[in-house]
Amino acid sequence: MGLLSDPNRRRALTKLLTRLNAPICVMCYLAGVAWFMGLAFEPFTLRTYMSENAMGSTMVEERFPAGERALATGREFAAHKKKVGGMPVDWLVKTMQSRGLEVFTQSFTRKLPFPDENKERYMVRGTNVYGILRAPRAPRTEALVLSAPCSEGNNNNQAVGLLLGLAQYFRSQIHWAKDIIFLVNEHDLIGMQAWLEGYHHTNTTGGDWSPLQGRGGSIQAALSLELSSDVITSLDLVLEGLNGQLPNLDLANLFYAFCQKIGVLCTIQGKLQRNDWDTTSGYSHAAQTMMLMVLKQASGRPWGDHGLFLRYHIEAASIRGINSFRQYKTDTTTIGRLLEGMYRKLNNLLERLHQSYFFYLMPSLSRFVSIGYYMPAFGLLAVILLLQVLNLLVYVGIIDSFLLSPSVLHQPSSPGVLSILTPVVISHMTGVALYTLPILSQEMAVQHFPVSETEAVVLTAIAIYTAGLALPHNTHRLLQGEGTEEGWRVLKLVALLYLAVLLGCTALINFSLGFILALSLVPIAAFITPHTPKALSAAIMVLLSPGCTLLYCVFVFQELQETPVSLQDGWMLFLSVISQGILDHALYGSLVYPLLALLIYPCWLLLWNILFWK
Amino acid sequence: MAAPLTLLLIVAVTIRAVLFRSSLAELIPERVEVVSPLNAWKRVVEGLALLDLGVSPYAGDVFHETPLIIYFFHFVSDYAEIVFMVMTRLVGCVFLLQFRKQKYALEAERYPLDCLELIRTPKEMYYIPLKVAMFYLLNPFTILSCVAKSTCGLNNAVIALFILCTVKGSSLMSAIFLALATYQSIYPLTLFAPALLYLLQRLYIPVNWQRSSFWLFTTQYTFMYLGSLCVMVCLSFFLLSSWDFLSSVYGFILSVPDLTPNIGLFWYFFAEMFEHFRLFFICVFQINVFFYTIPLSIKLKEHPIFLIFMQIAIISIFKSYPTVGDIALYMAFLPAWNHLYRFLRNIFLVSVVLLACSTLFPVLWHLWIYAGSANSNFYYAITLLFNVAQILLVSDYFYAYLRREHHLTHGLYLKRKDGSEATLVLK
Repeated sequence: MGLLSDPNRRRALTKLLTRLNAPICVMCYLAGVAWFMGLAFEPFTLRTYMSENAMGSTMVEERFPAGERALATGREFAAHKKKVGGMPVDWLVKTMQSRGLEVFTQSFTRKLPFPDENKERYMVRGTNVYGILRAPRAPRTEALVLSAPCSEGNNNNQAVGLLLGLAQYFRSQIHWAKDIIFLVNEHDLIGMQAWLEGYHHTNTTGGDWSPLQGRGGSIQAALSLELSSDVITSLDLVLEGLNGQLPNLDLANLFYAFCQKIGVLCTIQGKLQRNDWDTTSGYSHAAQTMMLMVLKQASGRPWGDHGLFLRYHIEAASIRGINSFRQYKTDTTTIGRLLEGMYRKLNNLLERLHQSYFFYLMPSLSRFVSIGYYMPAFGLLAVILLLQVLNLLVYVGIIDSFLLSPSVLHQPSSPGVLSILTPVVISHMTGVALYTLPILSQEMAVQHFPVSETEAVVLTAIAIYTAGLALPHNTHRLLQGEGTEEGWRVLKLVALLYLAVLLGCTALINFSLGFILALSLVPIAAFITPHTPKALSAAIMVLLSPGCTLLYCVFVFQELQETPVSLQDGWMLFLSVISQGILDHALYGSLVYPLLALLIYPCWLLLWNILFWK
Repeated sequence: MAAPLTLLLIVAVTIRAVLFRSSLAELIPERVEVVSPLNAWKRVVEGLALLDLGVSPYAGDVFHETPLIIYFFHFVSDYAEIVFMVMTRLVGCVFLLQFRKQKYALEAERYPLDCLELIRTPKEMYYIPLKVAMFYLLNPFTILSCVAKSTCGLNNAVIALFILCTVKGSSLMSAIFLALATYQSIYPLTLFAPALLYLLQRLYIPVNWQRSSFWLFTTQYTFMYLGSLCVMVCLSFFLLSSWDFLSSVYGFILSVPDLTPNIGLFWYFFAEMFEHFRLFFICVFQINVFFYTIPLSIKLKEHPIFLIFMQIAIISIFKSYPTVGDIALYMAFLPAWNHLYRFLRNIFLVSVVLLACSTLFPVLWHLWIYAGSANSNFYYAITLLFNVAQILLVSDYFYAYLRREHHLTHGLYLKRKDGSEATLVLK
């Protein structure tokens, strides 16, 4: 407490921090970036280990034999799907019933706010079919889910076949202590959303679905299976769920452990693990894997059908079979054995998975970085904002020499509440416009311009975003004449604190998003003043604005996935990312779009306002 | 003064009305920061239902209000069943406004008492009551508490009326309202000392153990206080014809059986504790609330109003089921001490921490309860930080007050013996 109460020491510290402000800020920024990049370096990461006792020590024997039959079922399913031209509900019900499951269906309809051009859907109507294998050994209070999507075209037929094969095989086994629900969902996430809301009696996004007729116990874990070929070379694990939520690390550990045991190649973010961490290429491989995870997490959208389970406290992941040109192939029987093993272990759970980490980044499937290691990277960036706040306080005169004696108190010419409040309110109104108008005004835009609805929404959003830059940013002059030096400092103080709290909260919920935003917003927040060269600063500010950050992320993501795109394609991709973001918010309640539109963008506008303070 | 006050009232009522109509009205009463098991409206409704069925409202361990409150709401609901919600709002806010309005009289009373080198000009003094009212009515904490229909608003109303009566010098009314506040939630018991000190001061009776006039007045005030408390308790007994309420109201407050997370310090501590230490630590924690009365009363015996502020702040920090409504009550006092502003050292730090914590509460709650990825430690860490910030705030004001007194007696420009400028250091 000496520091807080002894004015001399306080003054010394304040002086030091103010004098060295700029170098310290630059150092912090570089240190933050370096720390983050260092996270992918193997000696700084931890090896994954199974924390859950119930899954760790017991061994299970996998005996699933019927891979070929599963594939035959898959082909039959494909034929029926083709015949019906959608989900072959009757066939599925019959087949599941013949395998001894309690079968139920759920129909749902959903009207999207505007047509989804990526998946070509607008009015969605579909049916989920699910069968429950009742647990013979326990009072049916808990359940596990295995789901496979019924996709368009020829995708995922093998997944449904394997699902039915596993159902038949599991039925003959006696050791199940949890109900196992086999779910075939139509229209991927929309169907999944309808089913989950039906299962839990909630309705968060206003979908229209029929209630579920049958239920198992509370769902403990779920896996979603995607398999489109008879043989595969590797299995990819997808973890990122809605709003960047991740399942408990033990689920990933479980998958990894079984892949090791059975001898299946496994990847995360589509990247194999490499052992040469001490070489440059080895490190950059790990860094790329981690960056991909960060970008996917930051996008806040579910990257597989499992993504919506996480919202209900259900640990879930998607397993995706990948068939590449590699020689070594794995057949369906082996994948069946892998899934059998995982379900046997999950069946042993005594309570929900909670022992291991929920906040982590994975540079490879066997390595992870926990929250304690990656938070400092964000902390170093956030410190810059606080240092700037301190610096401004000294200038504005809230902390000043009156610490020593009250005699030299100089009354700062207070800039008045209105001159600060007006820009804040205007910025937020722009944010609200950005949030509401694109969807509201799509019809009008379609009538007046030759564009489709989706384009109308996206282009309206971009137009409002750009129009925000041209807003009357000097309202304080109308109110009080010339804007004072104190005025912009106080405004900047408000903006900095606002940004710090905002980024801190974002980083807690979704570290990746918080970090990426901090990376682009902190430098401009730190160094923006009305006295910097206008044109240059304005250019830098626009280049580092949230919208442009999104554009860079699109390019970086494509680059990391080894599918680089041209500028033209990148721009189209950028437009579709915006429309997907808006759709994700409307359909599943993803928070990234409202966060950017209602909070981050207004905050950036405040900084823009300071630049043009006169 | 009337015009801005009316404007303020209109603004405050509008905000609340809008919030009542919005979808937030269903969300806010579920927030643990805003309602506690003691004052949740849901529980009052349950109690009323039980009462209507002819069952003791305390059956079932849900309802923990005092009998007078439930009869009050019973009465109100009989009169205006449809306007029930509106009524609560009225009770919650307009009622509060009423005496907030009177509170400015209180503040105006205060000012001849402020001495010597008046740092405050009468003009500044003139606006203080308005600022106090504004601080209370537009404080987001009060708004949340009111929209949640937390009965905390009523308790605040009683305490504010008590302060008003005390400042007006009416010892009987002051004793009655103090008894009512004590009856509601025990803790205002600690306000007895400052009230007595203030009334003594007003009557020019020195605090002197040898003087019979001191003893006479003290006995008189104590008698009025205990008498009205006794009347209220007996009235409660006759209303319900059972003593159930004693254990389920006061027992509930003192022994803290409900460990629902809140912004206080009790829940985590007692959830973690071994059962056989529980009694001991409950005693320690509860004595902690009352204990500060003695040193503070000795130190601040010349400044009873400031003492009241300190006591209310301490109660709202250390009580067993605090909510943001309690915090709003003592925060309303802050504008009254704006002459201390120049002596405050950490006000900026503290206010930033308080703001950040207020936004972090819902975030960490979401991570803990809904996302399941964080745990109670995260939430409690923020609770701790929030309380540390509050304690810093209060002690900062305390220090500033003492320092101002020091400057008033020794002059503003302190010199060391060698003539150089001296600094005051708190060690």
